[in-house]
Amino acid sequence: MTTSQTTQAKERPGLRQALTPVLDVLARNPILGPLFGLALLIIFFSVKSPVFFSVDNFKQILLQSMEVGTLAVGQTLIIITAGIDLSNGAIMVFGSVVMAKLAVTGTPVLVAIGAGLGLTMALGLVNGLIVARIRLPPFIVTLGMLNVVYASTLLYTQGAAVDNLPSNLLALGANIKIGGASVPVGPLVMIAVVLVAWYALTQTPWGKHVYATGNNLEAARLTGIDTSRVLLSVYVLAGLIYGIAALLILGRTTVGDPNGGQTDNLDSITAVVIGGTSLFGGRGSVVGTFIGALIVGVIRNGLTLIGVDALWQTFATGVLVVVAVALDQATRRRRR
Amino acid sequence: MNDATNTTPEQAEVVPVLEARNISKRFGNVTALEHVDFELYPDEILALVGDNGAGKSTLIKILSGAIQPDEGEILMGGERVNIRNPQDARRLGIETVYQDLALAPALDIASNLFLGREEREPGILGGIFRRLDKSRMRKEAAENMASLKIGLRSMRQPVENLSGGQRQGVAVARAVSWGKRVVIMDEPTAALGVKESGMVLELIRNVKARGVPVILISHNLPHVFEVADRIQVMRLGRRAGIARPGQQTMDTVVAMMTGATQAQLAATGTDSP
Repeated sequence: MTTSQTTQAKERPGLRQALTPVLDVLARNPILGPLFGLALLIIFFSVKSPVFFSVDNFKQILLQSMEVGTLAVGQTLIIITAGIDLSNGAIMVFGSVVMAKLAVTGTPVLVAIGAGLGLTMALGLVNGLIVARIRLPPFIVTLGMLNVVYASTLLYTQGAAVDNLPSNLLALGANIKIGGASVPVGPLVMIAVVLVAWYALTQTPWGKHVYATGNNLEAARLTGIDTSRVLLSVYVLAGLIYGIAALLILGRTTVGDPNGGQTDNLDSITAVVIGGTSLFGGRGSVVGTFIGALIVGVIRNGLTLIGVDALWQTFATGVLVVVAVALDQATRRRRR
Repeated sequence: MNDATNTTPEQAEVVPVLEARNISKRFGNVTALEHVDFELYPDEILALVGDNGAGKSTLIKILSGAIQPDEGEILMGGERVNIRNPQDARRLGIETVYQDLALAPALDIASNLFLGREEREPGILGGIFRRLDKSRMRKEAAENMASLKIGLRSMRQPVENLSGGQRQGVAVARAVSWGKRVVIMDEPTAALGVKESGMVLELIRNVKARGVPVILISHNLPHVFEVADRIQVMRLGRRAGIARPGQQTMDTVVAMMTGATQAQLAATGTDSP
């Protein structure tokens, strides 16, 4: 295989040959690509804008990326099982308005939060049950769920935002003092979610089973793994993560907005894909996803700072997704 | 063991590791197996050969728990066992290496060897979050591969980077370390080139050397004659007979498979391959 490719590269000198060592390194360390991209973007915007490279702006970027970054962690788990979740943003919003409405109507805040987390996990469970037991394609299941949940959110709130929320419900929007510096809690929560998911995926048998289920369902089943239970656990855990994202969005915006987060599902998929997780399942990492979310955040923030229209930001992320997948395919093809 | 070539296991009255008696299986009005007997003795490689539809796949599926016989009984070490599903078979120590290998290509060798029964060490939260004991799994995987003389240096390589023969090696190593009593190999050389096939045949001998008897299903008679100690020939849902590579020729086996006599074979010009 290697020899045939070498001869091929010799016959066609130029770009491919020049890229060969780079692709080799990328194939061995899939996180390096996104990390390198992130570094390039930071350098680019630091040169272009005098205000980009500052602690305050980085804090801003983290705050702007934390909900999508958190949703993307759940999305990563599901995509590793060869699924996809179009309903995550809608589930997060539904969870947030339920928590908000319960809290303003006199329910103790902890009970309201518990109910909201229970709801997002239950919705994840429904997705998981239909995917694992009835074996419908996750795309269809979560597309249906997206619409059901979106409509439910508007019916439940009658389209009105819920505000005047008790401060306890907004705890994840607060700042804490660490060594004299004021640090926002939200991004720390996102990082904590990433770390826990990283641990579960890479350091536990459960994680191996998740990868195996996404990589070769039949093989996983033949080794005795209960793949149906693995899928259910992934969708429920993703639901819990969406519930945490609901708390993050409440903390940041201070209102339960039934119309919020409508592009968060696609943004989370973008972050996952840019982070190097394969849409075909079985490969990927939440650390990559975290970097992917930061890349999307840096592009949006940086382009705003240098005065580029918001639509061009969306344009740029669109191009980035395609480039990321193309690069991913190029490194994979070399492996075979 | 040296006189095994002179004394057959039957004559020595060795208890078969795995035995099937009087097995029948019908699918609708098609009789796939009719009163078939089968014995696998310790320390042997038994090949199961037969034309398409002769019943060898059905027999193997029954032994590995994928389907249930209508009649007959299965014994292990002389004792009757119930094999109702593949999990039962696995629990009894019968491990099947499937033709499509059933590996997770993106996972590394060690992960594939231990998939579904990972070694753990206590984690940060005790029971639920117990860590994978990766170093121990890599070490055991390396020992396992070495004992089967599969020359793979790093247990961290993803399986997709391996050649067909090496993948077979990983699948077999998993079966041996897991199954321990009987390994069933379904057409292990079917998709492989000459060199890789040689590697897999050597692997089958190494499994036997580790004290695990092997049932080999193959269409490739030269391969069968190269490694098998005994050959059970199936024909039209029955056991047509048992051949031994030292005593019968390939022509005889072909004759048993097709029901033709030696004279008929000679007349039609069929020669040894």
